[in-house]
Amino acid sequence: MRTAPVSVTPADAKIGPKPPLRRFHQARWDEPLLFELSTPGERGVLVPEPEVPLDGAVPNELPDALRRTAPPALPELSQLHVLRHYLRLSQENLGADLNIDVGQGTCTMKYSPKINEQFARDHRVAELHPLQDERTVQGVLEIVHRLEGMLAEISGMDRVSLQPGAGSAAIYANVAMIRAYFADRGELDQRDEVITTIFSHPSNAACAKTAGFKVITLYPDADGYPDLEALKAAVGPRTAALLITNPEDTGIFNPRIEEFVRTVHEAGGLACYDQANANGILGITRARDAGFDLCHFNLHKTFSTPHGCGGPGAGACGVSEALVPYLPRPTVEFDGTAYRLDDDRPGSVGKVRPFYGVVPNLVRAYAWIMSLGAEGLREVAEVAALNNNYLMKKVLEIRGVSAPYAEGRRRVEQVRYSWAELAEDTGVHSEEIGLRAADFGTHYWTSHHPYVVPEPMTLEPTESYSKADLDEYAAILAEVAREAYDDAEAVRTAPHRSTVHRVREETLEDPATWAVTWRAYRRKILGA
Amino acid sequence: MVNPVAGLGGRAGLKGSDGAAVQARARALGARPRASERAALALAELRARLGGVPPVLTAAGPMGADAAGAAGAAFEVRYEPGDPTAPADTRAAARALAPLVDLLLFAGGDGTARDVLDAVGASVPVLGVPTGVKMHSAVFGVSPRAAGEAAAAMASGGVPLRDAEVMDLDEESVRQGRVSARLYGHLRVPDVPVRIQQRKTGSSAPSPGSVEGIAAELAARVPPSDLLVLGPGSTTRAVAAALGADVPVMGVNALRGGTAVATDLPAEPLAALARSGPAWVAVTPIGGQGFLLGRGNQQISPETLRAAGRDRLLVVATEAKLAALGGRPLLVDTGDDELDRELAGHVRVITGRSRTAVYPVR
Repeated sequence: MRTAPVSVTPADAKIGPKPPLRRFHQARWDEPLLFELSTPGERGVLVPEPEVPLDGAVPNELPDALRRTAPPALPELSQLHVLRHYLRLSQENLGADLNIDVGQGTCTMKYSPKINEQFARDHRVAELHPLQDERTVQGVLEIVHRLEGMLAEISGMDRVSLQPGAGSAAIYANVAMIRAYFADRGELDQRDEVITTIFSHPSNAACAKTAGFKVITLYPDADGYPDLEALKAAVGPRTAALLITNPEDTGIFNPRIEEFVRTVHEAGGLACYDQANANGILGITRARDAGFDLCHFNLHKTFSTPHGCGGPGAGACGVSEALVPYLPRPTVEFDGTAYRLDDDRPGSVGKVRPFYGVVPNLVRAYAWIMSLGAEGLREVAEVAALNNNYLMKKVLEIRGVSAPYAEGRRRVEQVRYSWAELAEDTGVHSEEIGLRAADFGTHYWTSHHPYVVPEPMTLEPTESYSKADLDEYAAILAEVAREAYDDAEAVRTAPHRSTVHRVREETLEDPATWAVTWRAYRRKILGA
Repeated sequence: MVNPVAGLGGRAGLKGSDGAAVQARARALGARPRASERAALALAELRARLGGVPPVLTAAGPMGADAAGAAGAAFEVRYEPGDPTAPADTRAAARALAPLVDLLLFAGGDGTARDVLDAVGASVPVLGVPTGVKMHSAVFGVSPRAAGEAAAAMASGGVPLRDAEVMDLDEESVRQGRVSARLYGHLRVPDVPVRIQQRKTGSSAPSPGSVEGIAAELAARVPPSDLLVLGPGSTTRAVAAALGADVPVMGVNALRGGTAVATDLPAEPLAALARSGPAWVAVTPIGGQGFLLGRGNQQISPETLRAAGRDRLLVVATEAKLAALGGRPLLVDTGDDELDRELAGHVRVITGRSRTAVYPVR
């Protein structure tokens, strides 16, 4: 097997971390692909031979066109080799349970308690089949129904659907409901515009456009708040809806949100609340109380279910009474004695995911809410906001960093910072600071594009992290900033103690070169 | 190549550095030349990024050799300027260096950029290290370090070139409280939008097709029988190309149904054309400053704008360009106060197909 020595670079030796910073080095395995580890004939499980011959006993009704002409190309490995392979890959990650994961702002990377995993993996959940007779899945339907009720209470909405498989799927379902609502009223031809803000979650613009709407984006006003005058200039008889995040990705809560909703309502449009950033407002304010007609939650953010690699997450849409007929189907209904799935809903926008949502995540979210109770949810929001403002105070003491927009005002649960001053002073960019942070066992995310905040860094500490965690994280940023001023080269060439040095990101952005499967890798990279 | 006097006037509050008299006054007010220092900063950044400075050809003394020496670069002198240096020295040095180099890195301001354009045109890629008072041209890095970074990217290869606007600003008018600028021409610069798009970490790339999207949106909005007036600028040029029209790089051009009907129009004939039938005017803000009307496109006069009507004034810009304004409003200065007041408020900016932004105008 190939080996790659782990070396400490001279730059690293020169400016190694000082106490109290933790010494850290990422694991680096020169780990081949499973296909490259394959040994012909090796097996993980030896399946017993059938005791009676199966020839002819199993009907095979597959058409010829769907039958393989040759066996599938699969790697051949023992269980141990597979386990070792994935353990090694997992060590090459800065996973949420490994680092102080406050740097993935807008993602609400809170700790997911492991007992919730036990519930989701219990055979009574894990071994259910979506096509089972509903009389045999009453328990799980009860969980789904009760979770819908809890989210309706948290948002103030009249009815909630848990069918969407992620936050963006929930936003899309909401936009689809808006479209169906205006189609029913004969106004869809006229109302073809959706308004959002530049610091709202970009999925709002993307989902609206995917559903066929024209998208109007508002920029902040001179004080850094969503621009009410711009909204007034934008609304009119073409307005279908406002899709807005609050607090926005800057962490700034829109104090005029009721006026935003009223302005859209007066123009005949609907108001849809993107609650991706709900973690700082749980139990404090509710979508319906501000007048919203629809809202959504990301269960994999606010409600502690794990983030997948793009899935499976879980999303929730909440709507007011007028929009209930359009909810995705099936809905879960309860007649006082039994739960059932209602698929006979002619006004529904249909299924946004097969069967009924991502049930294991619904179980995790239900368990998380049950463990906290109503007062616990409010405490989550309070501690998340407290943690964020504590970290903001520490971070703003670091040379070269600022928090643009609504300057001097506190943020709710996250902050989009800017390293513009440090970049101007030293030539070191925010991305490079984030990569150097990996040498101390953590990282951060910059922002969505385009970078409206220059040299951005978005931090969201949630309620999970202790004061000591936040102090350590701020100390890492302070150390990297000090290095940028004293020895920019060391930061610019980071990471020095990570699994890989630099990834050529342009290759990940070009469909001609990215390879996410073995087949694509063979075709695009190996030319086979 | 360094213009040693660039930026002298600004530090003394003189709004520009053109002319020996202004320079003398600036020195008398205590201004100290910073151009060489800033050029050295760009070279230092280049060295940091490349691990060394590629061979440097330059002009003697304050016109480059001092900066190269300060940055620890090995250099050869290929031009000897007079003392004091004059704009003729900039032009002569540019002509001497251009045939020999892969990139002409110059430190100066708008006036220097115009001299470079006069001397070498598009024959060589250039990049400006900003030292001047207030740059209106788009050929400069956003800072000396950013210029060094862009030069390093170009030296590493694979960086495309693009046309960038060189603006002509009459500094004497500025001193009298008036601003009048026009598009002077284009230089070829490395396309490294460092202000907006750095190496990205865990964040998706900006949409590459936004100019095509803007063109498609214009095509959908403007009936093929109507006149479409396109103001100057890289965005509008690209839009014209996407619409199928090959128009000159400079000036205001008029299209109908994707075909150029008139190019590089002065104000009067343009107004006459706009009055002759339904006309639309598409303009793009000057990158980084936000001037929408009245800078670089004065040919689009109040008469033309009134003939088209406010509903047919189309503002186009990529989202990246709006982001680069850093929250500053768009600016209009048509020379007609009443029209300026009508245009102030909020404008719909076309950022792509079926995508607009509502942006403040002052």
